[in-house]
Amino acid sequence: MSRARVYATEAIILRRADYGEADRLLTLMTPQLGKLRVIAKGARKITSRKAGHIELFARVRLLLARGRTFDIVSQAEVIEAHRPLREDVLRGGYAHYLGELIDQFTQEGNEDPALYDLLANGLMWICDVPRPALAARYFEMRLLTIAGYRPQLFRCARTNAVLEVDQLAGSATDAVASRSLPETTFSPADGGALCAGAAAAARDVLKITPATLAVMRMLQTATLDQLMAVADKFSDQALHQAERAIRQYLSYVLERGLRSTRFIAEIEREQ
Amino acid sequence: MTTPNRTLPPSVVRLIDAFAQLPGIGPKSASRLTYYLLRAPSEVSLTLADALRDLKTLTRLCSVCLNITERDPCEICSDPARDHSLICVVEEPLDVVAIERSRSFTGVYHVLHGVISPMNGVGPDDLRLRELLARIDKANATRQPVREVILATNPTLEGENTASFIQRKLAGAGVRVTRLARGLPVGGDLEYADEITLSRALEGRQDM
Repeated sequence: MSRARVYATEAIILRRADYGEADRLLTLMTPQLGKLRVIAKGARKITSRKAGHIELFARVRLLLARGRTFDIVSQAEVIEAHRPLREDVLRGGYAHYLGELIDQFTQEGNEDPALYDLLANGLMWICDVPRPALAARYFEMRLLTIAGYRPQLFRCARTNAVLEVDQLAGSATDAVASRSLPETTFSPADGGALCAGAAAAARDVLKITPATLAVMRMLQTATLDQLMAVADKFSDQALHQAERAIRQYLSYVLERGLRSTRFIAEIEREQ
Repeated sequence: MTTPNRTLPPSVVRLIDAFAQLPGIGPKSASRLTYYLLRAPSEVSLTLADALRDLKTLTRLCSVCLNITERDPCEICSDPARDHSLICVVEEPLDVVAIERSRSFTGVYHVLHGVISPMNGVGPDDLRLRELLARIDKANATRQPVREVILATNPTLEGENTASFIQRKLAGAGVRVTRLARGLPVGGDLEYADEITLSRALEGRQDM
């Protein structure tokens, strides 16, 4: 069956590199075609009609023509430019982080509308919410769930036993307030929290406080609005521990670290 | 590394491999360039060889602006007619060439040699930013302080983020920090302008 010579798709510009004399090689995330690489001819010229419509992380509508190696951008129109990412260096840094995560979790040509929607929403969250770091944590948890790596935070990831912290506290809400409850072990290799028995035999684990576990559970189960409504109650220590635990789990799953985190840490240190 | 026919002389294979290492040149183009040089008069190859050698032996970075130069400080930095209190910060040496072509800038430059790109692992420490801050501090301690820093990074997301980062770094330096205006290009078409360009063109409109 012959394929249409041109086709239309919505896309988010995930990566961009100079190519040839004045062209740009774009890596797109699309809802129906997954990740794909295309060429935008002449896009580096100042008078290019396409240049402003194919900026990094912009959500765009594209008309693509089939090419020999790469398909070619024939028309481009911005749906959402995400202007705050350009004006706020920290939000821009987080957008890179989201883009890097999606890039790492996807293969070229694999259709994944859920991941596309997550990226589209994630970029909006990073633009809009007062605490982009928390939106990034929320994004990470959603990504892990969609990709099939949802961390087990409510039972022991190895034995399925009730966690000690829950035996004593009864509920996660109590855990936020209480400091007397025992710490829990988080194991990136096991993909979740461990009971004391399993933790004794586990390696490369992190100790997390009951407050951290409560934050991570909320990141997994609450809506972003619910999360933002109680965000001020989270301690800095719990947020940092949650970030570290999720980051280590992501590195374990991806078998590599994430490049954009270094820059975000540097910006946050300065603020 | 290409794997050409083993019957080719080693010197030919070596040149094909060398060309193939260049960006945008594949094995086919590398072979075509090599065969062109084989057939062309010797002067073409020897001139190219001399130019390549000089490129690596004669050039260095200017100790002031970090542009590529054969003499240090470079011609622009050592020109007393230029306004040394006005520094234009650009991403790459080729941006200096572009601005000089406009003949409308009389200040001096600072070349960052890159742009912040977190996804590619390029952070502020990988740019020549520390040198810019040191240069401003040094000038401000003299009787010829820096009056203005023009951030002329590209109007891309990375360029904007780099400009924001530098602006924050210079916040306490007592220097005026400006950004190149953004708007419609000469010969452009409103119909095809994106929303950010159009909104910035409107924000930056001027009396006629």
